[in-house]
Amino acid sequence: MGSLGWSRLQFGFTITYHYLFPQLTMGLALVILVFKGLALRADASKDDANKTVYDDLARFWARIFGINFAVGVVTGIPMEFQFGTNWARFSDYSGGVIGLTLAMEGMFAFFAESAFLGLFLFGEKKLGPRGHFGAGFMVFLGSWLSGYFIVATNAFMQHPVGHALDAHGKLVLVDVWTYLFNSWAFWEYAHTMSAAVITGAFVVTAVAAYWALMGQHERHARSALRIGVIVGLTACIMQLFPTGDQHGKLVAEHQPVALAAMEGKFTTESHAELAIIGQPNVDERRLENPIVVPYVLSFLAYGSFGATVKGLDDFPRDTWPDNIELLYFSYHVMVGLGTILFAIMAGAGLLLWKDRLMRTRAALWVLMLAWPFPYIATTAGWMTAELGRQPWLVYGLMRTAHGTSPRVSAGSVAFSTLGFMGLYTVLGLLFVFLVVRAIARGPAPAAGGAAEAH
Amino acid sequence: MAATWYSLIALMLVTYAVLDGFDFGAGILHLVVAKTDAERREVLGAIGPVWDGNEVWLIASAGVLVFAFPRAYAAAFSGLYLPLMMVLWLLVLRGIAIEFRSKVDHPLWRTGFDGMFALASTIMAVVLGIALGNLVRGVPVDETGWFQEDLFTNFRATGHDLGAIDVYTALVGVFAVVALAAHGATYLVWKTSGPVHERSVAAARRLWPIVLAIGAGLTAATAATQPAHFAELTHRPWLWPVPALSIACAMLCPRAIARGEEGRAFVLSCAFIAGLLAATVGTLYPVLLRSTIDPRYTIDAYNAASPRATLVIGLVVWLPAMALAIGYFTYLYRSFRGKVQTEDQHY
Repeated sequence: MGSLGWSRLQFGFTITYHYLFPQLTMGLALVILVFKGLALRADASKDDANKTVYDDLARFWARIFGINFAVGVVTGIPMEFQFGTNWARFSDYSGGVIGLTLAMEGMFAFFAESAFLGLFLFGEKKLGPRGHFGAGFMVFLGSWLSGYFIVATNAFMQHPVGHALDAHGKLVLVDVWTYLFNSWAFWEYAHTMSAAVITGAFVVTAVAAYWALMGQHERHARSALRIGVIVGLTACIMQLFPTGDQHGKLVAEHQPVALAAMEGKFTTESHAELAIIGQPNVDERRLENPIVVPYVLSFLAYGSFGATVKGLDDFPRDTWPDNIELLYFSYHVMVGLGTILFAIMAGAGLLLWKDRLMRTRAALWVLMLAWPFPYIATTAGWMTAELGRQPWLVYGLMRTAHGTSPRVSAGSVAFSTLGFMGLYTVLGLLFVFLVVRAIARGPAPAAGGAAEAH
Repeated sequence: MAATWYSLIALMLVTYAVLDGFDFGAGILHLVVAKTDAERREVLGAIGPVWDGNEVWLIASAGVLVFAFPRAYAAAFSGLYLPLMMVLWLLVLRGIAIEFRSKVDHPLWRTGFDGMFALASTIMAVVLGIALGNLVRGVPVDETGWFQEDLFTNFRATGHDLGAIDVYTALVGVFAVVALAAHGATYLVWKTSGPVHERSVAAARRLWPIVLAIGAGLTAATAATQPAHFAELTHRPWLWPVPALSIACAMLCPRAIARGEEGRAFVLSCAFIAGLLAATVGTLYPVLLRSTIDPRYTIDAYNAASPRATLVIGLVVWLPAMALAIGYFTYLYRSFRGKVQTEDQHY
């Protein structure tokens, strides 16, 4: 496989695994903040029953947030180091540009997040209700800022702006504002964040639906379902429109070859049809067993039913993404699941509005079991973005094959990749064990919980 | 501008060593100073709210290094590939040991994570020491600007076949363990009470003289391994007071503990670590990666820096970010000032 192949596998594996955690961190941070805000409001209106329920929910989800955050942190540190260890020529070439956002992530986001997480998890008594809400807000802000800086870094790799080449052939920053406020970064960030909120909302409603089906914690289940469905439905709508739509248009404009591969389009045509399903056969350059909707692809990509969509045949073979099959399916899984998740939340929203959600057991079953699918959708979405960028590391500027560390042997990368796989397997088992245990204990554990304090 | 950024990164890394150093030290001594579950919860409670923030100084330093000196970041991180991978794995193990240990009330679960926390902290201190040893000794950077060091070769600190671990860097690793253990013990003296406090006092008073003894040996070993290092120091008389003050702090620290001046003892301990590293960095300047093959291949602050305009932009970002970070940390440490209260509720 060589050191390039192993390095790609290592980055792909570690980033995919890592991102399972931050997406819940960012989504849940928002939901916890809503619970804490509602508890403060209930307190102000002397509504003790609701205050207790919302405080319980905030604490319950903060316990899971803490476990999730810890795994997110420890699996995130290797990412920042891997740019140097495995992709040294890429770091050397582009460090003067992407280093800015990587440094800003550490300096503006991680400091706030880590300092206030300690206060948020350890200091509820010390800080009082308002101070504790403030600490929660800073954790939320830190995690969302961190998301922006990392997405802005990725946006530069997808659509480089604000840079120039210096005398040594390395990238330098010439326009910091254009770089920081890359239009690609804006839509990619909005799309990523609303996806994170969807994950958070589905996880919260899954647990609440479980309580409701089991007839446990009825008040907690009702409140959590209401908040989860409202937040989740809003995010699901934003996921499709405007963020998904706008992001797709940017891909069509700046990475037309990636769009062709995502859609399984081999030949250029006007009034292009959208393939709902079908298997790309790259050797024969056709889509097998396609089910298509006429004209729709032209409209979605360029806003006109007659627009011409370029097929892969119109691009030189060495600019094609190198794994068209996986890219095609990643994209289709993302879009398919995004649509299904929207339908689930829309249905739940309707039942909530009619006040029948707590009694409709079929809907509760669906909500309880749906939580893995947002994770799969976000993973597929990132795979679409990253496979679509191939064969480039920095789009149009540096090929992935030219970004590796020149002296690191395939054996060393294989060793470390296998090490990460083993370590992360153990980590995953521990995480699942602890989260299942926290869920089993419910939102208002007995006083025995104090023995579990640090 | 390159000099400014060299100093800023040095400042951040020294801050990292001082802050994360005490929680590494607490980890190294975890099994020694705390025997019962309640005592171990006290040790973890002393670092629990702050360790993650302390570690962010390392992450932020790495981010700043990519930005200001991309060539040095790329060469160092790929050249020291395996030691860095070990750092990453140890940071993962150590982080989850701290966070997961108290989540389950089961004696074997807790003992297991206690052991993992102690072991990972100890090896981390050794590896950080080895990394520092490599920077002082030099690495085989060649005319291409890259190098690749095996983890170990013949364990000789000079010659053409250098490994990351040799007798010299291993000695720096041992020194790092002892120094951080003394630093951590001094922190625990300040933050704990009861049996943990007493054992930490005993450990600190025993460790500080050992730190000075190994430190003296290490100074001789450095002079033998990399004569250029001390040759440079002799040309910089303005730097001489720094190591002198640092040694004075290490001598005064156990006395302050004996007199019960716990806060002052911890400040002295911080000053010792900071002074030692400041003296090292001040001597190295402007070198980032000293080439053992030919001084012409050495990567320094001038030949590795990003363009001046970029560095100016960075400074505009760095200053407010650092002001905010210092504000957060002051607030965090003030909120958890005083001795650890183990009965505090925590999620």
